[in-house]
Amino acid sequence: MRAAYERTNPVARIAASLAIALCLVLTIDIVSAGVALALELALFLTLGMPARTFWLRTSPVWIAAPFTALTIALYGRTSGTVHAEFLLARVSDGSLELAAATGLRVLAIGLPAVVLMISVDATALADGLAQVVRLPARFVLGALAAFRLVGLLADDWRYLKLARRARGVADRGRLARLFGQVLALLVLAIRRGSKVATAMEARAFGGASARTWARESRWHGRDTVLVVVGFLVGAIALTASIVTGSWNAILS
Amino acid sequence: MLLLGPSGAGKSTLLQALAGVLGGNDEGEQEGRLLIDGAPPDPGSGRAGMVLQDPDGQVILSRVGDEVAFGCENLGLPRDEIWGRVSWSLDAVGLRVPLDRATHRLSGGQKQRLALAAVLAMRPGLLLLDEPTANLDPAGAREVRNAVEQVLAQTTATLVIIEHRVDIWADLVDRVVVLGDDGGLLDHGDVASVLVRRGAELAAGGIWVPDHLPRFPSRSRTVGEALVSTDQLVVGRQGESDDFRLASPDLLVTSGRALAVTGSTGSGKTSLILTLAGLLPPAAGRVVASPALAGGVSSSEPHRWRSRELLTRIGTVFQEPEHQFLASTVRAELEVGPRALGLPRADADARVDSLLDRLRLRHLERANPFTLSGGEKRRLSVATVLAAAPRVLVLDEPTFGQDARTWAQLVELLAELLDDDRALVLSTHDQRLVKALADVQIRLGES
Repeated sequence: MRAAYERTNPVARIAASLAIALCLVLTIDIVSAGVALALELALFLTLGMPARTFWLRTSPVWIAAPFTALTIALYGRTSGTVHAEFLLARVSDGSLELAAATGLRVLAIGLPAVVLMISVDATALADGLAQVVRLPARFVLGALAAFRLVGLLADDWRYLKLARRARGVADRGRLARLFGQVLALLVLAIRRGSKVATAMEARAFGGASARTWARESRWHGRDTVLVVVGFLVGAIALTASIVTGSWNAILS
Repeated sequence: MLLLGPSGAGKSTLLQALAGVLGGNDEGEQEGRLLIDGAPPDPGSGRAGMVLQDPDGQVILSRVGDEVAFGCENLGLPRDEIWGRVSWSLDAVGLRVPLDRATHRLSGGQKQRLALAAVLAMRPGLLLLDEPTANLDPAGAREVRNAVEQVLAQTTATLVIIEHRVDIWADLVDRVVVLGDDGGLLDHGDVASVLVRRGAELAAGGIWVPDHLPRFPSRSRTVGEALVSTDQLVVGRQGESDDFRLASPDLLVTSGRALAVTGSTGSGKTSLILTLAGLLPPAAGRVVASPALAGGVSSSEPHRWRSRELLTRIGTVFQEPEHQFLASTVRAELEVGPRALGLPRADADARVDSLLDRLRLRHLERANPFTLSGGEKRRLSVATVLAAAPRVLVLDEPTFGQDARTWAQLVELLAELLDDDRALVLSTHDQRLVKALADVQIRLGES
């Protein structure tokens, strides 16, 4: 199971995460999110991902969910009994229910997205987008090359900051300086970008011949299975929500 | 074939024209015709392959194998043939690393060999190298030179190199072509006879000609006063992927003397001198400024100084001049320091004017710093620091990629500063610079 999952196409992973997310944004209630989350956790167990890896990767989601819930509990739409009140904050039955539904929803959408996407290699994703989804090579490879430049820009940013201190202008006008530094970074980014564009052109990119792909990206049965599983999780969650009568449409 | 000529003669332009990446009529004028295999150059054909000067500027993808395969993919080759060519060309340049090695983990010399392999995999009939070793340390330059030699032994491709350093390529090339200031053909022939005929002229134009190397400036050595010292200093940087720490020997920066920090790329030279410059906080230990330097500032540790306090005491010239430019004209760039100090207008003008003349930037006064040539950018970056008249100058690889003329001018200027009782701290892998200026040399080991 695990080996098959690890060989799934990045495009399938995106599609599966999207399927779950799309289903779960239709309604906001505890049942649908709870059912989806329970199914997902069961599925994660079958993947046999080491517990440590799982918690490390998903920790941002586990942190974000309670904070989202807390915010909703304090400021969400008030209904039913009011339990506590403080300035603008008002905790009520309604806001508590909404908070639980939202918190669970963040987990139910966030966890599969993180688990599925975090190990995806940018190059493999580009291969998939170009060969499976058939996006134009120019777009996909341009984005891929730009992605690599982000690392170089982080270095540039550090030096720009040091250089401003060295030039004696780092004491005053924080905002203006930050703005200037962003502008300088933009200039450097454009210059780097055009250099890489020339390098790509010099290597026959955008030439007359039809481009081939050195790394094959194919859609296998397991990819279809992954997307279907994603849809099933969403569909079961929605059915449960309708059957128990807790459907609470967002667009109403 | 080795293409020589002074900066601005149009060597790179010619190479780009041969590669077919010069742009259309909207980017300049074109007269006459240039044909490759009887047709105008078309980069899409892969007939001409080019390697550029900047190792970072030409890496496109994040893995070694994919990078080499990129050109072949664009030529539309079948998959099996691509991977065959990838391993053949990596082998030809002697780059034996796994295909999935991250490209950003390669050294400068490896990156240049990767660029060569990527071009080679397209089986070009014409190989164009634009100063492929200018941004490399001596070991990296040797790697690239040897790789080119191996490649020449294995292909029938024509090789055209632009290079300031004749000695690296002298025994590899069959023919030298010399361009004049106006871009016209000045001379051509075999290496030895061209160097005999044109040696002095080429040297004056900035080429490193073995028998006409720039002279070392004379210095009146005076023993100065201690300005900065270190006490059990450890420098380091905490990055997500590249944590490193370096314990420095105790150093003493003295006025009128130059301290050179040498060592291979990645040995921590830059971190060490930027810590001495008060820009990075020490990871452990202390950098201490003497009262002679600190005079008036409450703290004796430069990294605790305010930016303006640092300005008149320790000036830093960054390796990449573009990182330190703040203004839109050369003149405004030079005014940044005096203005931050709140100097009266007349004083500031006098300082800027004297620097414009001294560093021969007068004719560029209104130009945008980003549009200057490499040598001009370097002179400007040094001038911006001098505008604040600091006692200590910290320079990161000041001679990196510079031609012989700029080199000589820079070294002369630095020697004057030393005689003016200022202190220099240099990080460099340029042994000639060390010989010309350094009073003390610190060698950093492998990291």
